[in-house]
Amino acid sequence: MSYTQTTRSIYGNQLEDLRKQGIFKEERSIYSRQNSDIEVAFPIGAEHKHVINMCANNYLGLSSHPDVIKAAHEGLDSRGYGMSSVRFICGTQDIHKELEKKLTEFLGTEDTILFPSCMDANAGVFEAVLTDEDVMIADRLVHASIVDGMRLCKAQQDTYKHSDMAHLEEKLQLHQNKRIRLIITDGSFSMDGDLAKLDKIVELAEKYNAMVFLDDSHATGFIGKTGRGTHEHCGVLGKIDIITTTLGKALGGASGGCVSGRKEIVEMCRQKARPYLFSNTVAPVVVSGALEVIDLISKTTERRDKLERNTAFWRKGLTEGGLIIKEGETPIVPVMHFNAKLSQDFAKTLYDDGIYAVGFFFPVVPKGQARIRTQLSAAHEMHHLEKALDAFLKAGKRFDILHKTKQEVIAMYGQ
Amino acid sequence: MENAKDAVLDYVRKEYLEDGDDRVVEYDTPLISGGIVDSFSMVSLKVFLETKYNIQIPDAKATPEAFDSVNNIVELLKGFGVN
Repeated sequence: MSYTQTTRSIYGNQLEDLRKQGIFKEERSIYSRQNSDIEVAFPIGAEHKHVINMCANNYLGLSSHPDVIKAAHEGLDSRGYGMSSVRFICGTQDIHKELEKKLTEFLGTEDTILFPSCMDANAGVFEAVLTDEDVMIADRLVHASIVDGMRLCKAQQDTYKHSDMAHLEEKLQLHQNKRIRLIITDGSFSMDGDLAKLDKIVELAEKYNAMVFLDDSHATGFIGKTGRGTHEHCGVLGKIDIITTTLGKALGGASGGCVSGRKEIVEMCRQKARPYLFSNTVAPVVVSGALEVIDLISKTTERRDKLERNTAFWRKGLTEGGLIIKEGETPIVPVMHFNAKLSQDFAKTLYDDGIYAVGFFFPVVPKGQARIRTQLSAAHEMHHLEKALDAFLKAGKRFDILHKTKQEVIAMYGQ
Repeated sequence: MENAKDAVLDYVRKEYLEDGDDRVVEYDTPLISGGIVDSFSMVSLKVFLETKYNIQIPDAKATPEAFDSVNNIVELLKGFGVN
């Protein structure tokens, strides 16, 4: 079939519909390294502007750390640019095994397998370890990549209300006739910034003979006293059967992910997980950078401690200034607007004032829950945060939403 | 014995409304298109129907349209001899 005018118009109409619905995504070009100060052109082609970045997953500020860049350069020189192979043919170098070992030690698990991304880890792990005799019971707010991975797996799917332990217990009781019950949760939920009640989840898993799966992508490196993740924070190190996480956020921010956990499960992934079997090995330069990251964060908690202080300052400043935020303790701090257009207009005002943050609305978050998701970084210095806070409060005053209740904001702007 | 229509309505309210939720669910309330049930959590509704009525709903029939209201679900159940 050729690409006819009719075919072209099918896609053209769909794209136009997205624009009309206000959900067409546009990229912004960044002309600098990832950092707390970045040089941006938005829309693409517009004049470049230096702004403070409040929306990167660069939690530990390691994306452009000189030691990480140096290690990546050395890896590039010694191990080359690419491997031109999947892992099990001729794509495994000594450094891939070394990184898997270091991640295992850092996460406190039995074994680890690298994937090209955590999206791939989540896409592959369920199908590799579960069958139609089993059941997956997931928190309703887990990341989209988990939803996709579950859909690729033949095990029965069920869900429980977000962080509702009584509801999870009901579901575990309902599925006692299954061979394996797998409870599935994020550690830190990416849109709301709250943490899973992992201690309670482990307790229920032990009571009802279930395994626990944790996606800790928004926690690895900085949640918990030594940054091991949500399992450290909740006092259940060593009790999580499957952890997936990413190298694409706090751990240097380049790419790559992993499944870490019980050694038999990791081995099943090596034998059966399709994104591992059929896509290229993680590039040597990325592996070399990640090895340095693990060394840096294993030596000192300085960066996660600074991130914790930045988070406390930011949450306190926004709350005392009169904006509504989702309560919590993580560096993901959603500033609530409820109305989609308000969140977009607020973000535009911030950008004009030199602050880069993005509005999220349905279908990324539930209807009536529009927000600007801010994310803190150890790369933020106090002057960045003071300037950003000032801009948020100025915008809040301009839109007259300071010290207003949720109902008052909705009454002014709609839901 | 409780009829299917009431059993499904009761389940949807308990399963999908949070404590303090001010949304109202009646027989004809749009569930999927109304944002009460999303395409992911819809799997729980399918598990409930299959377990309660001892039926197997093929994926081809478990569509967002078929699950979009209690009335639609009841129509779907009739195809499996459940009233």
